[in-house]
Amino acid sequence: MKSHTLLFLLAGLMVASSTNATEAAHVQASHAWLRVLPGDLPAGAYVMLENDGDQPAVLSGASSPLYADVMLHKSSSDGGMSRMAMVDSLSVPAHGKAILAPAGYHLMLMKATHPVKPGDTITLNLKFADGSTLATNFLARPANAMDSGP
Amino acid sequence: MKPLPSLRLALLLLLLAVIALSGCDSSQKLPFRLTDVSGHMPDLDFKLTDDHGKAVTGADYRGKVVVLYFGYTHCPDVCPLTLAQLHVVMQRLGPLADKARILFVSVDPARDTPAVMHTYVNAFDPRAIGLTGDARDIEALSKRYRSAYTREPSGKDGSYEVSHSSAIYVFDNKGGARVLATPADSQDDLVHDLHLLLDTGTQS
Repeated sequence: MKSHTLLFLLAGLMVASSTNATEAAHVQASHAWLRVLPGDLPAGAYVMLENDGDQPAVLSGASSPLYADVMLHKSSSDGGMSRMAMVDSLSVPAHGKAILAPAGYHLMLMKATHPVKPGDTITLNLKFADGSTLATNFLARPANAMDSGP
Repeated sequence: MKPLPSLRLALLLLLLAVIALSGCDSSQKLPFRLTDVSGHMPDLDFKLTDDHGKAVTGADYRGKVVVLYFGYTHCPDVCPLTLAQLHVVMQRLGPLADKARILFVSVDPARDTPAVMHTYVNAFDPRAIGLTGDARDIEALSKRYRSAYTREPSGKDGSYEVSHSSAIYVFDNKGGARVLATPADSQDDLVHDLHLLLDTGTQS
């Protein structure tokens, strides 16, 4: 049992040293906000992600104890039609950034476990492809907000 | 000889009437910045239910400049963005906005009851009105303006999305279709064109 634990620890150390750090460790989140809609309507959440690492960081989704379901989505407009589709991931390029903003990539938050009001701060755990997570505070803004605010 | 002058007078009056009508009606040319659809789209007409549960028709909005947009409340991204943009446009119009209305027509009447629409539109702008109703009546309105919407396949939990035209239609205060915009167009241009219609509206 003891040698097993040691082996796991060693393996863990090796992984950590070979990648230098997790994807999440290289990502800074800013301008994080979500749009509060009345009732239990699904809400969109937006954030800017900057990656200071030498490898791309791949956002694969998010979770929160406050929402039963969080999905990574992308809105698109094609031939005058607005569409929304689920996407598996969004890559934040090495030394680059990815923006989740209205009419593009967003996190769709569904089935809030308790009502969210404008002004509240909601923590979402952003999940990356290597399994690492980044806890990010999102500011709840009114339905008619255009951005993360002042 | 007597009938002739009166016939001439009648013709003259008819001609004047035509000029007067065209002078203040949809054929009046205005220097719009967005796509001018004057005379190319039918007048505002529908039979729907407003967000107070009242049966309404297009004629109920005569006297107001109407900004019409199709969408649905379970749309978390583009619909709220468009309504938020329209709210900013209304704010920029100042007191003139009282003579304008945003009509948000649901393409998802199964979920969008008048009560749901009421709280939804009021979260955006006091001059926004939510319209829902019979699926066939909504389809008729959508077809009238060559708009389209499709319900996408349901998710595992029965949830679904609706793809829909992103066009914004602007009607003058007599119900004439005047301008076609998209959410990607500049807000300045929409404010400019609404100003033209609202300023004209106050003169007539």
